[in-house]
Amino acid sequence: MKLSLGPILYFWPRDTVLDFYRRVADAPVDIVYLGEAVCSKRRALRPEDWIQIAEELEAAGKEAVLSTMTLIEAESELGVMRRISENARFTVEANDMGAINMLAGRARFVAGPNINTYNAGTLAMLAAAGARRWVLPVELDRNTLRALQAARPAGLETEVFAFGRLPLAFSARCFTARAHNLPKDECGFRCGDYADGMLLSSQEDKPFLVLNGIQTQSAETYNLVAELPEMKDLAVDVARISPQSSGTFEIINTFHAVIDGTLEPAAAPTRLAPHIPYGACNGHWYGQAGMNWIREVGAEAVFSAMGGLKRG
Amino acid sequence: MELVCPAGTLPALKAAVDNGADAVYIGFRDGTNARNFPGLNFDEAEARQGIEYAHRAGRMVFLAINTYPSPAQWDKWCAAVDQAAGVGVDALILADPGLMHYCTQKHPRQRLHLSVQGSATNAEAIAFYARQFGVRRVVLPRVLSLAQVRAIIKRVNVEIEVFGFGSLCVMAEGRCTLSSYVTGESPNMSGVCSPAKAVRWEETPTGRQSRLNGVLVDSYGPGEAAGYPTLCKGRFAVQQNTNAAHDAELPHKPYYALEEPASLNVLDILPQLMEAGVVAIKVEGRQRSPAYVAQVTRALRAALDACARDPQNYKPRGDWLAALDKVAEGVTHTLGAYHRPWQ
Repeated sequence: MKLSLGPILYFWPRDTVLDFYRRVADAPVDIVYLGEAVCSKRRALRPEDWIQIAEELEAAGKEAVLSTMTLIEAESELGVMRRISENARFTVEANDMGAINMLAGRARFVAGPNINTYNAGTLAMLAAAGARRWVLPVELDRNTLRALQAARPAGLETEVFAFGRLPLAFSARCFTARAHNLPKDECGFRCGDYADGMLLSSQEDKPFLVLNGIQTQSAETYNLVAELPEMKDLAVDVARISPQSSGTFEIINTFHAVIDGTLEPAAAPTRLAPHIPYGACNGHWYGQAGMNWIREVGAEAVFSAMGGLKRG
Repeated sequence: MELVCPAGTLPALKAAVDNGADAVYIGFRDGTNARNFPGLNFDEAEARQGIEYAHRAGRMVFLAINTYPSPAQWDKWCAAVDQAAGVGVDALILADPGLMHYCTQKHPRQRLHLSVQGSATNAEAIAFYARQFGVRRVVLPRVLSLAQVRAIIKRVNVEIEVFGFGSLCVMAEGRCTLSSYVTGESPNMSGVCSPAKAVRWEETPTGRQSRLNGVLVDSYGPGEAAGYPTLCKGRFAVQQNTNAAHDAELPHKPYYALEEPASLNVLDILPQLMEAGVVAIKVEGRQRSPAYVAQVTRALRAALDACARDPQNYKPRGDWLAALDKVAEGVTHTLGAYHRPWQ
């Protein structure tokens, strides 16, 4: 199984981004997704910068992929998406049907996690349009994946979002600007204050969501490290790690060691714990509420929800 | 502009037709549509009756099969498409590309609309559905400004339908999994958001609390009106910002972090929507009562007629607004994303 690094979903300073990818060049990931996938106003890096990073990563032996934005509304955003789609060199990850419309029949592409691929009919349609890889939508479970793998068209790779805060929703409204009582048009790039998004807690102080501009994420970290052997059995080709401001390289190393067979999957959660600030979740994989944490003990699954420990 | 109204029951469908809807949209009584609520929706016989009633009055019936079937559900969803085509709906409202492909193969003459759950927010995405599946109309997600709606209409050659009244989704529809994160059920998979069976109300010494699968969504002081605990309409708290200058801007108490409970209402901008070339105005609320449907349909019919007669001098009348506010969610109404400052 290959390891991928998803696009940086937060607004980091230009130098931080450049340093980050310099380190990625030496890290044991096979595929790196690049570009701004959340908000078109974030322009610390220009398209040429991303292309240059892609070239450097390619020279370091990585597969570089350019990701498009998920929520495309304005004409200017369509223009950026067109420029990315028409790049003749790097594969594009389409995160909106608009990008697929630009790529269909012209270039092989990756259907990203925000393309609604729920059944074999859609999978066949994407393959016919030129998809070479697809990413399982985060809310889907292992049984759905098993059925989709059985029906998967030849040559189509499957990727699973395996570690990071879950991207849950996208809005026209910027929730970070809203929290700061600023209009979206004059947001002052407050999202830059939060290298891992802005934590939102319930009224009893339980971490619940993370606000990342127009994107809403889970506060808990989705962690499928213990499920890597099962993913391998399901013939998953790629496991994705979503970048965070600290610990990303330790996370990559841990996943790599498990895939390599040098680390027992059961020993991995302890190593990852320091990089999971508000608890881990894996419920979606088991067809439950995403925020649940399920530990498989023999035939019985034990899980703890926000409400406390339960048995199911 | 057409007026497209919701019906969760046969009496609601009749109320819509009797009060001036040009089209009524319905769904089957199962998870194939995005209002999969107990006691709601139509079986095949009721759908036939409803279609007959509407057609006799010269109105149309659309049917929504707008959830995304998993492989295990696939056959049932295809059967629903066959059933809808069989009863003679005027249009089928779909979201899933796989299902649209099935429909174009099996029922090539069936008119297709792209559901709001299809999440097409730009001209390229719309062009994709038109090219691949011959989609004739697209319902736009409630994330676009009026200027963006106008720009899309100039670039596409399919009909554009927009939401005009009802509960407001603040997220791009079809790409929100907040509900499955908390409850395991989402609009895409199960046709529900923040499902009622996961709701728990609790009376505490400090007031009433609403929880969704254990997560505290909101709490209300004595006498404070409580709303349904839809996840995006709860009150939550933000942590401190380490940037001291910006920390002062933050609300240091629980607030509506995502969206206030408010209804979308486009009465103020009907002439602009008409001038932009919007083909149909849609009312949200298949889960609401026949009385809601009657009241909203009547008010919007009057407004649309007045706007069509004399768009230059059109002005929303107080009694229309009052009628709509009476059945609205929350205590206020908003233009939502159509109105730039809201964003």
